[in-house]
Amino acid sequence: MQETTRQVDGLVLQVRDLTVHYQTPLGPVRAVEGISFDLGEGERLGLVGESGSGKSTTAFALMHLIKPPGQIVGGSVTYRGRELLFATPEEIRQIRFADIALIPQGAMNSLNPVMKVREQLFDTIRAHETGTSAPELSDRVNELLESVDLPASTANMFPHELSGGMKQRVCIAMATTLRPKIIIADEPTSALDVVVQRQVFETLTRVQEELGAAVILVGHDMGLMAQFADRISVMYGGRIAEVSPVKDLFRDPLHPYTNELVRSLPSLDKRQRLRGIPGLPPSLLRPPSGCMFHPRCPKVMERCSTEIPLLRAVRPGGHTACHLYEEEKT
Amino acid sequence: MTALLEARNVTKRFGGGLFNKQYTVAVDNVSLSVGGDTPTVTAIAGESGSGKTTLARMLLNMLEPTEGSVEYKGKSLGALTRPERGEFRREVQAIFQDPFEVFNPFYKVDAVLSTPANKFNIGSSRAERRELIEQALEMAGLLPNETLGRYPHQLSGGQRQRVMVARAMLIRPSVILADEPVSMVDASLRATILDSLLLLNQDLGISIVYITHDLTTAFQVCDNIMVMYQGSAVEVGSVEKVIGQPEHPYTRLLVESIPLPDPDRKWGGVAAGRSTLEEQVKNTSGCKFAPRCPAVMPTCHESLPPLFKTGDRQASACFLYEDSPPVMGEDAAGMLLMSREQSDSNGTNNSY
Repeated sequence: MQETTRQVDGLVLQVRDLTVHYQTPLGPVRAVEGISFDLGEGERLGLVGESGSGKSTTAFALMHLIKPPGQIVGGSVTYRGRELLFATPEEIRQIRFADIALIPQGAMNSLNPVMKVREQLFDTIRAHETGTSAPELSDRVNELLESVDLPASTANMFPHELSGGMKQRVCIAMATTLRPKIIIADEPTSALDVVVQRQVFETLTRVQEELGAAVILVGHDMGLMAQFADRISVMYGGRIAEVSPVKDLFRDPLHPYTNELVRSLPSLDKRQRLRGIPGLPPSLLRPPSGCMFHPRCPKVMERCSTEIPLLRAVRPGGHTACHLYEEEKT
Repeated sequence: MTALLEARNVTKRFGGGLFNKQYTVAVDNVSLSVGGDTPTVTAIAGESGSGKTTLARMLLNMLEPTEGSVEYKGKSLGALTRPERGEFRREVQAIFQDPFEVFNPFYKVDAVLSTPANKFNIGSSRAERRELIEQALEMAGLLPNETLGRYPHQLSGGQRQRVMVARAMLIRPSVILADEPVSMVDASLRATILDSLLLLNQDLGISIVYITHDLTTAFQVCDNIMVMYQGSAVEVGSVEKVIGQPEHPYTRLLVESIPLPDPDRKWGGVAAGRSTLEEQVKNTSGCKFAPRCPAVMPTCHESLPPLFKTGDRQASACFLYEDSPPVMGEDAAGMLLMSREQSDSNGTNNSY
């Protein structure tokens, strides 16, 4: 985690105008509204937002895991030149785990309580490979557990015999079983203590670097994002407000929302009044007109309530959707 | 200086019935003082399983300590008379982690506020009560006409938690115990809610006990802190000292593990105590942190270190500080009886 600039070779994932709605009796809830981003090979991208900003829905859409009443309304998701949104269920089944793996939120609760860790890891391998012999499987499981700093004896345990941190590591092992190119981690440590959280992240970082996989880290903890991500995409009300390299985002945020967010973070350096962002997150059922953030924005202008700002490049690697920067250009 | 609410050498053991000789020591000989001549903001910090919630439940008279006693205005909670219990119920309020569990889903939000208002005879008339309720909601940052008359599920988690803050303002207790009040809300709201808790302390003189695993917010909000590890207090003192210059190896590990929102200051090296990190320590006679401690010495396995007073406002339960005088029970608790103003105005003090 020491290096400051990480080389990004090619794109492994391209998302364009992805739109996901949840159909409700009161009308569609616009959870994700036309978002676009790229993911470089081996890149660590943070997807940040408060609850209801659409970050988890985005992660699920990439994995084709949106269930009714949710519906992918439009857009495209291209994985190494293949369109995923129109893939058949069988194609998607092959891509999951083998190419794109998910560590869901509260992943440790997704382990099957009546199966030993070994069997659960076997399952993943068997679903994608045929004819792997039993001793080979055993070796693979031992290697996997070792890669996430768990003793080999863990294989014979049931999930309830493991602590939260250990279960989370089993989930990382499971996600990396088939050496995927992309790992999507949705708040992977939200239920863990700080020390264990740090250890799980050290494990995740090491495994990721060994595999050369790209990671999309979904969450709201800006501290973790600063520690882990190369680039951060900030979501607000189902849209992307800003995408910036991690250092730029913390030092010189572009979007007023990001600025407020960064300023609301408590620090350990000096004690000061804590200040949140005034106002409430937008209703996705009846979103405000124009920019989603305008009712809370300290820099609101007239056009903000009428025109939806588009995401545009403002500085190298920095994109934002805000009318402030449009004016500067014209 | 007498404390308003005080835990004296409390221990809580669970289990250990007729057939099961094994028991769990959830809280092990801990002393803590809250409130007093000046209202205090105290943090109880620790990971899950450190005993912080058990301690809070004992302070709230929801659990009886196995050993030691919890005293309210110098009187043991077990010995309170009925009217005194009533007073205690009013003067010591709790805000819990999940505000949804507090609400009855079949009642409107109003009930959470009007029930205690009626019970404790707040306001003399219906109209006055209503006005006080609206005032409290506004102080907590809620719009009364958008909150009252709604059902709990119609409010967001942050709103529900702020209703609880409003409830505390309405009752005007002397002590509020807040058990992880912001662990379920977003960062921006977190700041708002903690700030309104701090206002309760500064404007209304209410002492706050903030139970958390998040040292960053504890540093921002609190005057004093007690760090717990597996039931014991490992370090106590002012937040500037304990979090700014941690002495106990466990506190150091905690502080080092905080993911700072600053990409220029990343976690360095590898977290200590990796190999044994998930092992629960079973009935050791020595320091409970010894199996994970990077600075472990032979003595650590032999006896439990008491709190050593290393400074005016800091004490650490670690044999590294053996040369400093040990502090026990009340004296250790007394170190937590200082407000921010006191510690700011006079660096040294002798008020305890």
